[in-house]
Amino acid sequence: MPDTRDPAADPDDARSPYGNPHEAVAPTGGGGALDLAAGEAGTLGAPERPRSLWSDARHQLARDPVFLLSALLIAFLLFIAAWPGALASGDPLSCDLALSQEGSRPGAPFGYDTQGCDVFTRTVYGARASITVGVCATLGTALLGGVLGALAGFFGGWWDALLSRLADVFFGIPVILGGLVLLSVVTSSTVWPVVGFIVLLGWPQVARIARGAVLATAQADYVQAARALGAGRGRTLLRHVAPNAVAPVIVVATIALGTYIALEATLSFLGVGLRPPTVSWGIDISNAAPQIRNAPHMLLWPAGALSLTVLAFILLGDAVRDALDPKLR
Amino acid sequence: MGRYVIRRALQMVPVFLGSTLLIFVMVYALGDPVAALFGDKAPDPATAARIRHDLYLDQPLWRQYLHYMGQILHGDFGSAFNGQPVTELMAAAFPVTLKLTLVAVVLEAVFGIALGVASGLRRGRPLDTGLLALTLIVISVPTFVSGYLLQLVFGVKLGWTRPSVSPAARLDELLLPGLVLALVSLAYVTRLSRTSVAENARADYVRTAVAKGLPRHRVVSRHLLRNSLIPVVTFIGADIGALMGGAIVTERIFNIHGVGYQLYQGILRNNAPTVVGFVTVLVIVFLLANLLVDLLYAVLDPRIRHA
Repeated sequence: MPDTRDPAADPDDARSPYGNPHEAVAPTGGGGALDLAAGEAGTLGAPERPRSLWSDARHQLARDPVFLLSALLIAFLLFIAAWPGALASGDPLSCDLALSQEGSRPGAPFGYDTQGCDVFTRTVYGARASITVGVCATLGTALLGGVLGALAGFFGGWWDALLSRLADVFFGIPVILGGLVLLSVVTSSTVWPVVGFIVLLGWPQVARIARGAVLATAQADYVQAARALGAGRGRTLLRHVAPNAVAPVIVVATIALGTYIALEATLSFLGVGLRPPTVSWGIDISNAAPQIRNAPHMLLWPAGALSLTVLAFILLGDAVRDALDPKLR
Repeated sequence: MGRYVIRRALQMVPVFLGSTLLIFVMVYALGDPVAALFGDKAPDPATAARIRHDLYLDQPLWRQYLHYMGQILHGDFGSAFNGQPVTELMAAAFPVTLKLTLVAVVLEAVFGIALGVASGLRRGRPLDTGLLALTLIVISVPTFVSGYLLQLVFGVKLGWTRPSVSPAARLDELLLPGLVLALVSLAYVTRLSRTSVAENARADYVRTAVAKGLPRHRVVSRHLLRNSLIPVVTFIGADIGALMGGAIVTERIFNIHGVGYQLYQGILRNNAPTVVGFVTVLVIVFLLANLLVDLLYAVLDPRIRHA
């Protein structure tokens, strides 16, 4: 997480204005909001100081029912991704062909798939792959795209031109086709090739946003002031420009998280994403699809779980954007 | 305007070369097409060497790429490994996918803009809130899930349309697949036009138009829509390329023999000429669509062409 202090906007205030009376309002369910202020919550500041963008955002999020709902859902998803055994007692890979395509029964509320595997257990265990891909790919694109875009926007010149053209090249490749071509030769059954691929094609989107944000911020008076005071380029970028340009990057990354999860499932559905024995919703949906007329339950449960997960992250992104974009207030 | 067109078209050249080189390297560097040709058996070395020579595979990669680009400029995309020219496969596949994309774009534009404008003019009312929630749900359901669901409901349960498309791919058969392909974009268009209309509805020129006594429908159609639809048009234009590339999922669900089908077969069999040829054409479509959008943007918004 970025440094959330805002020294540039308010040069004489080295400490953040958190820890004001509104602190108590922040509910425990607002995991994401607390993340934004990581490491800052304990800092005491004078209550009457003007609130920064971040504390404003935090207070808006704490009152936003959409955010609270999605954060609750995501907390639950993270929990079952970390400890799937807590919810499903069975083994997702132990299947009994005698139970092939059986409907729901006590002990197996979602029924069984073609191989006779318990659909409930597999749906619960499938969360891990999707969440891992979504979170890792988002961190990767945000870091790579954010750093490259910020450097391009800040230093400009040939570096900017080169990077912009390079981003255009990756932009010119349709995502699903690129995935089919690149991932069809991969034989690893881990999540990392998929994560790497998403980062490879996803960074230009973040880089564009970061570049634009840095370009806009670099023109601001307080940055000119820092430069006039003799701050070096590295210090100007890290202490003054970056903390103020990071909000749009966080917004675009949060919204992208949901779409990355959907992309992973689509690639797995096409047979080039995750591979068995990894338990993945995309693979299960792909296997269930030919039998959709006989046993729709095999498709509906993993599909529902997938859609709900994507929805949770998209709602989160929406709420974070509303909170971080002052123009929308 | 002329200078802008030329500058923008020239910018496309390095991007095209870079994108195609990237695809070329991915396909040829990562797999061995000659080995794939022989399936499970080990190829006879002499035959393999001859095939390599015939296909320019014994040359360094950059020469292969230059040779390939030279051929493309002459309209020759090489032959698939069964001897069929790739252009022949394209002639069969592209019209089908083009038709599917067209159906999708029309649905996306008509319903997306209509819903978006209706919602934007009623900001904060139940219709607006409901539509916004609905679009979020639609965006969250991946295409391959909504495809199977709609196929099950309309094709199998209700029997309104056939669950799979015949090789002729008539327009009426493509309505449901087109809707599936368009669904996510349709939700985005709805949201985009809603935001745009809601924003512009508070603009001074709209207030002026109302104040000088124009009827409401005229204010909306003549003043509000013209300015609000600029970002929407841009989005739809850029989406054409993405839809053609993304059609592969829809084509697989509804068994449509278009570009996605051919590409998928090519990748399964490691048939490099087919894959590179099809992806190259799709990249060209993608870039041309983006170019057209930029030019259209310049026509619609004078600030851009004079910048």
